[in-house]
Amino acid sequence: MPLIELSGIQRRFLLGDTTVNALAGLNLQIEAGEYVAVMGPSGSGKSTLLNLLGLLDRPNEGTYKLEGRDVTTLSPDEQATVRSTRIGFVFQSFHLVPRLTAAENIALPMTLAGIPAAERNKRVAQALKDFGLENRADHKPDQLSGGQRQRVAIARATIMQPALILADEPTGNLDRHTGEEVVNLLEALNAKGVTLIVVTHDQGMGARARRQLVMEDGRLKADSRTANISNLAEISG
Amino acid sequence: MRLADTLRFARDAATGYPMRTTLSVLAMSIGVAAVVILTALGDGARRYVVGQFSSLGTNLIIVLPGRSGTGGFNPANAITSTPRDLTIDDAGSLRRLPGVRRVAPLAVGTSEINYGGKLREVMVAGSTAEFIPIRNFEIAQGQGLPEEDWNRGSSVAVIGAKIREEMFGNTPAIGQLVRVGDRRLRIVGVLKSTGQGLGLNTDELVIVPVSLAQAMFNSNTLFRIMIEANSRDAIPGTKDQVMETLKQRHRGEEDVTVITQDAVLATFDKLLGALTLAVAGIAAISLAVAGILVMNVMLVAVTQRTGEIGLLKALGATSRTIRLAFLAEAAMLSAVGALVGYLLGQLGAFALRQFFPVFPAYPPDWAVIAGLSTALATGLIFGVMPARRAARLDPVQALMKH
Repeated sequence: MPLIELSGIQRRFLLGDTTVNALAGLNLQIEAGEYVAVMGPSGSGKSTLLNLLGLLDRPNEGTYKLEGRDVTTLSPDEQATVRSTRIGFVFQSFHLVPRLTAAENIALPMTLAGIPAAERNKRVAQALKDFGLENRADHKPDQLSGGQRQRVAIARATIMQPALILADEPTGNLDRHTGEEVVNLLEALNAKGVTLIVVTHDQGMGARARRQLVMEDGRLKADSRTANISNLAEISG
Repeated sequence: MRLADTLRFARDAATGYPMRTTLSVLAMSIGVAAVVILTALGDGARRYVVGQFSSLGTNLIIVLPGRSGTGGFNPANAITSTPRDLTIDDAGSLRRLPGVRRVAPLAVGTSEINYGGKLREVMVAGSTAEFIPIRNFEIAQGQGLPEEDWNRGSSVAVIGAKIREEMFGNTPAIGQLVRVGDRRLRIVGVLKSTGQGLGLNTDELVIVPVSLAQAMFNSNTLFRIMIEANSRDAIPGTKDQVMETLKQRHRGEEDVTVITQDAVLATFDKLLGALTLAVAGIAAISLAVAGILVMNVMLVAVTQRTGEIGLLKALGATSRTIRLAFLAEAAMLSAVGALVGYLLGQLGAFALRQFFPVFPAYPPDWAVIAGLSTALATGLIFGVMPARRAARLDPVQALMKH
């Protein structure tokens, strides 16, 4: 059973009086534990795909099965529970809450899920250690460097031990060196069995993934699993 | 999200934007302070007036000779229409009634007081020892009238403060003999000066035993009988008993009128209570305005924190969680505002009492409770709309606003 199974996904937006097909007839299967890079030019539907996979958005047509369960028909609150327990998000602009400390930001998903404080503190302490942030626990996001912020964000995405991590341009706001560190962290998580889906413009980063998807005009233009693409860089432009 | 976490989250969110938090707390506190101070003023006025009336004497029942008002046909009235005198014995008979604490007969007239060549017109009140405590008068020097047989009447007098000053100046008055009308009386006491209050001015009064006064004015009737009931609750029952007793003594004729100060007092009490309520209503409008301000502030907060709301949704917050978090923040703003306003109001009332010591400006409990709960309720009600708006935000749109 694949972790993710998309079939016949359509997502249309109404811009003024023209309809934009952000996703058009998308079929896709991703197995548990895969490391997938989604690439393609701006407006190709990468972000829409990621929002859809993260249950932040609903398709107009088609079904999305997560771990064998049809999640498109769930109510918003049921979807929130799925996001809380199964999915972790990493954003390009980190999306940390500015008034909360690093430790509080990491604990936020557990706080929202109603996990008791004692358990939260235990897990946050472990996460701070794992991500090398022990000395930054009480710092606010504006007292942290970009790399540290993204590490806090990744710690937050993994604190609920999700099956799936969705990363939207995770290195987009970082310099090469820190970006490299962050990618290493994400790959280490993937090595422990977490499914990792990364949306990226960065060819180098895309090439590191074991599977590349190239999108164009809301369609899957290329999938490295089904076709042996040698000139991937060329295709993804 | 757990309740404690929701509250902490709301608190952090509120303190994260000190300016707007301070402003909305200020608005709410001004509203509550207005309610507290204005009702303190209104209720102070009520207490002041009630206090003035009470200084006439507490639980007072007054008997007047003659009937006011229209009764039914009474055979006794057909025979004689002139009212019977109200006598000292009538007053004496009332002392035995169960609900009565004190009785004082009162005969009044004017006469002249003469001492050391000085002559002055005075009001003479003939009564008994209990007259002074019933009317809440206070003795400045000496003592009141002696306890004695009401029909005997020793030759003594208690004089008002102004008379003492005018007749005696700096020399002691107690023990001196004065001439009142054609009687020589010994001064046994001087009343404390009360100034001009409601009721008669005691400063120019001479109080003598009732039988002496009747002899002086050559009359057998009393001007009034003052009765003090045991308690406020005993007043209606005692009033009926007094009427019944006097009717029996007057051969079945209802030729006296019995009034209570309670009726007058109750009217004033009601009037000024209504005034306080009206003032509280006006002050409550400022609470509604404060509530709208809290709503405005919360709507701004939702706009300011759209990105954060999107993030919370992405992290698995249900719409209920987000609604509760924003509602808790609105409630917190109004709760703190209400508390600060309450303290400000109490401080204002305290200042009023310091500047005007005679004016008992205490806010009534009902106003404080109503003010605080209205503040909380408006905060919550006006917090609902922003909270719902936050909970309904589309996560994808919200996340883009970061």
